Amino acid sequence: MSSLPLLSLAIWVPIVSALLVLATGDDRRAGLARVLALAGAVAGLAATVPLWIGFDVRSGAFQFLELSPWVPAFNINYHLGIDGISLLLILLNAFTTVLVVLAGWRVIERRVAQYMAAFLLMSGLMNGVFSAMDAVLFYVFFEATLIPMFIVIGVWGGPNRVYAAVKFFLYTLLGSLLMLVALIYLFLSSGGSFSLLDWYQTPIPMHAQLLVFGAFFMAFAVKIPMWPVHTWLPDAHVEAPTGGSVVLAAIMLKLGGYGFLRFALPVVPDASAALSGVVIALSLVAVVYIGLVALVQTDMKKLIAYSSIAHMGFVTLGIFLFSNLGIQGAVIQMVSHGFVSGALFLCVGVLYDRVHSREISAYGGVANTMPVFAALFMLFAMANAGLPGTSGFVGEFMVIMAAVEENFWYAFLAATTLIFGAAYTLWMVKRVIFGEVGNAEVAALSDLTAREALILGVLAVAVLGMGLWPLPFTEVLDASVNELLGLVQSKLPAP
Amino acid sequence: MSMQSLYLTVPLAPLAGALLAGLFGRWIGRAGAHVATIAGVAVSLLASIAVFLDVLEGNTFNGTVYTWLVAGDVSLEVGFLIDSLTAVMMLVVTSVSLMVHVYTIGYMHDDPGYQRFFAYISLFTFSMLMLVMSNNFLQLFFGWEAVGLVSYLLIGFWFKRPTAIYANLKAFLVNRVGDFGFLLGIGLVLAWFGTLDYQAVFERAPQLRDATIALLPGVEWSLITVTCILLFVGAMGKSAQFPLHVWLPDSMEGPTPISALIHAATMVTAGIFMVARMSPLFELSDTALSVVLVTGSITALFMGLLGIVQNDIKRVVAYSTLSQLGYMTVALGASAYSVAIFHLMTHAFFKALLFLAAGSVIIGMHHNQDIRWMGGVRRYMPITWITSLVGSLALIGTPFLSGFYSKDSIIVAVGEAQVAGAGFASFAVIAGVFVTAFYSFRMYFLVFHGQERYHLKPADEHADHHDPHGHDGKPHESPWVVTLPLAALAVPSVVIGWIALEPMVLGRFFDGAIHVDPAHGAMAYLRDHLHDPLSMALHGFATPPFWLALAGVVLAWYLYLHRPDLPERIAARLSTAYSVLAAKYWIDEVYAYVFRDGSRALGRLFWRVGDVRLIDGLMVNGSAWLVGQAARLSRRLQSGYLYTYAFTMLIGVLGLLVMWLVRSRTGF
Repeated sequence: MSSLPLLSLAIWVPIVSALLVLATGDDRRAGLARVLALAGAVAGLAATVPLWIGFDVRSGAFQFLELSPWVPAFNINYHLGIDGISLLLILLNAFTTVLVVLAGWRVIERRVAQYMAAFLLMSGLMNGVFSAMDAVLFYVFFEATLIPMFIVIGVWGGPNRVYAAVKFFLYTLLGSLLMLVALIYLFLSSGGSFSLLDWYQTPIPMHAQLLVFGAFFMAFAVKIPMWPVHTWLPDAHVEAPTGGSVVLAAIMLKLGGYGFLRFALPVVPDASAALSGVVIALSLVAVVYIGLVALVQTDMKKLIAYSSIAHMGFVTLGIFLFSNLGIQGAVIQMVSHGFVSGALFLCVGVLYDRVHSREISAYGGVANTMPVFAALFMLFAMANAGLPGTSGFVGEFMVIMAAVEENFWYAFLAATTLIFGAAYTLWMVKRVIFGEVGNAEVAALSDLTAREALILGVLAVAVLGMGLWPLPFTEVLDASVNELLGLVQSKLPAP
Repeated sequence: MSMQSLYLTVPLAPLAGALLAGLFGRWIGRAGAHVATIAGVAVSLLASIAVFLDVLEGNTFNGTVYTWLVAGDVSLEVGFLIDSLTAVMMLVVTSVSLMVHVYTIGYMHDDPGYQRFFAYISLFTFSMLMLVMSNNFLQLFFGWEAVGLVSYLLIGFWFKRPTAIYANLKAFLVNRVGDFGFLLGIGLVLAWFGTLDYQAVFERAPQLRDATIALLPGVEWSLITVTCILLFVGAMGKSAQFPLHVWLPDSMEGPTPISALIHAATMVTAGIFMVARMSPLFELSDTALSVVLVTGSITALFMGLLGIVQNDIKRVVAYSTLSQLGYMTVALGASAYSVAIFHLMTHAFFKALLFLAAGSVIIGMHHNQDIRWMGGVRRYMPITWITSLVGSLALIGTPFLSGFYSKDSIIVAVGEAQVAGAGFASFAVIAGVFVTAFYSFRMYFLVFHGQERYHLKPADEHADHHDPHGHDGKPHESPWVVTLPLAALAVPSVVIGWIALEPMVLGRFFDGAIHVDPAHGAMAYLRDHLHDPLSMALHGFATPPFWLALAGVVLAWYLYLHRPDLPERIAARLSTAYSVLAAKYWIDEVYAYVFRDGSRALGRLFWRVGDVRLIDGLMVNGSAWLVGQAARLSRRLQSGYLYTYAFTMLIGVLGLLVMWLVRSRTGF
């Protein structure tokens, strides 16, 4: 294996590219900014390829470790390492960044350099979250990702962008402040270490575990988001520009799921187990309640946002089933949702760029004028409805199978997504894509440009590939999830 | 070529055709599309025949193609199980599909979506083959949903029509309700057996015969019963059994070739096939068999009755299909799985024939589908006429024709069934014979005989169909690409019963593929009491079903040819009964009100009250408001005036003084 600091490259290549892009200054050099941004995104993706190749799937241990002191006074270290779960999310992140840069190519005309830089910055920071093994480092990356997204929504967003941006920021910041307290407590109780590896071995009494779990739960439940702390998401999605929605849905929500897996389960396993019933109940509420709410949305982006919340219900459900199948299903669901919801937001973006409306009622009969787009939209809609053969099926299937084993009624409620998911997605398809040409604007639509077709085509291949052959994904996860489940054993101090 | 690559060829050849026509349709053109897809299906048919011959020699196969995923100790694979049951299904699917492909050249001749249509029906053929060739529950579910997808795309093929895109959404959602049960059933299988491989599950099933699960606290249910009923819910969706039958009549919005292929011959029989495949599980639960039996009999009788009042030629055939699917389900419930598959096969041929003939009539009548405005068509469309007659005779169970052998076997088998509900089932299938004959020949006489009425039709709604073949108003026979498949399907509609009775029902062809518990004696009874096709047919003339069928035909003749004034008067006299049938028992209305409107109302409630008012209004913006209020209050303290600060200080000093006094007095 090479001695290059591969993880550092995955983090810093996009961040340095962001600075370079920013250096191009104002919109007079927008063209240069775009090219630099694409080069940076591609370089970022290229930096993750050696991770994919060099990763040892038979080992569940953290790999590509890097360790150097950062703030020695408090024993804070620049400590990186990844397992299979991190690897998949890092790859997804780098992949999505390239698509987002391409998607904003023509659409963004104002403050191009700043826009592109924000996404590159976010990409690097999120890779940092997925590879940090020091809690403070994690916390810094975790909170830092808020800033570029706040700016993206607040500057390039829709008419109500300020409300949405502030709501997004405060909601998630308040959620994670308590986590900071928990991290400090864990630092003290582990004898002065911020290393996750130390925390995994630290015994913690039950009452403290419950408090720590509560703090983690606040942070990650808001992020993913779970019912009832989900209301920031539809607003943020509606106001965000297309690229912002894509990154928000595809990657940023996953920070929550990742947090549960990396912190809640292995650090405070007894509290996680004791409260799993609550988390599962909330997850199932998300599937049923949010599924019904999605059904009556009139705004396409809002509909997809609610659909995201319902799909994230499967992630939290799968995680708190404490079984290999369930946790793998949860991670697969996160990756698949990255492809599918990203693609759906891009599709809405394609329509919005032409008609400037997100209302379902502003469309009708789009298939008449945009047949290629309609076919791709249909595919992603079917993936969103969990059709076998698409990636959307795999995670849901695994989680439902794992749920039957735990409790039949969990599975019963979760499986209602087969009906609700199809209902809200396909009803939207019916009203947008099918029918006679709805109005003059639809009649004047032009089909996908080569750039749009490329972006959606790549995602279509990903969605189908993962659906037909998920083995390469589960292969990466299997050992890591087993390792994680091995850590999830009682941390109560010996009496 | 090795057998394994032959197995792979069967599904992959149609897939290749579908991809060519679907992705490159613009470049290969219309002829290119139909040549590519027909070649694919033809190759698939030839390979299926080779596989069938191989299976006849006693060879079977069960193996993995590739591993889909591994999670912990769960390993899920894609693989094939080739045995007698699979081989029969492969033959039925590929042969009907080939006929439909050829027919489509004529039927869709002028349609702008020509290539797309061929891509869909080839994709369907691929999916259906993957379904029947699967050796595990996962791939079964894959095929299951994939055929559902193609059905959705094809029902909505004419996506500009509001009725078509309503029907396809309805079909998908109702099927999803079935799949919901099906998936939970598969979940129970995985949870208890630890695998989704058929063979492993079937081998272990008898050990779990007495296992129970507590779905409700304190109530123990038999695991096998619950699993089988859940799996059967899936079959109810796909095979359109009451109460999940509502999507099939509406699916007639799709072009006629797919009504024949998907909604009569193959896809809708997937549920029948599935239960037959699961016979080692269903045989362990009399309760589940009873549910199957009763569901099937309700469908067989009550859906047949609806066929009597339909005026759309395709809908008559659709209700007939529902009723016949009910017959197959009844056979499953009676543990006569082989007979169910036998009827599935004969039905596939004669019902595909009837649908394609109906389509030929529709073309010939310039897209008129209302049988009230037809009549006397036999003079203009001789081939369509004769083949329709053959199909109808086969359907009503005329001795010597294919439908006779399969339907009579069902009636005999049900008579021997012992599970609860067998009495009702017996009544339903026998009464159904009369109903079938009546609605079939009502349609037949109205279309092909009697007075010519097509020019009397009020000018109307179908303005979207310009007819390219000159408009002399007279019906005309369809081109050879349409009539050739009719003739080709008429042959098995006549002879396949005679040929297949001995191996499939009387013989042991399905041994090893279908398992019957010795306690369920229907098959054994059939074997003992039926001897050969000739004596069975001769004996058939002396049994009640024959006379019931004859009565149905004669009544139809009397009412619709001899005294055509009577039906309306009868309908007026029996207005209550008529309106119940005309309204299709109001099931659609109830579903629309309860499920469609109900879920939307609930969604709006959760959204407007739950999300907007409670969570956002009270919690989120409420806490923001609270912070604002607190800030407003505390801001008053920092007024900047010296006297306020002095006063505050004074109060503080007083407060401290009081505290000091209290503490010194009480000694705290």
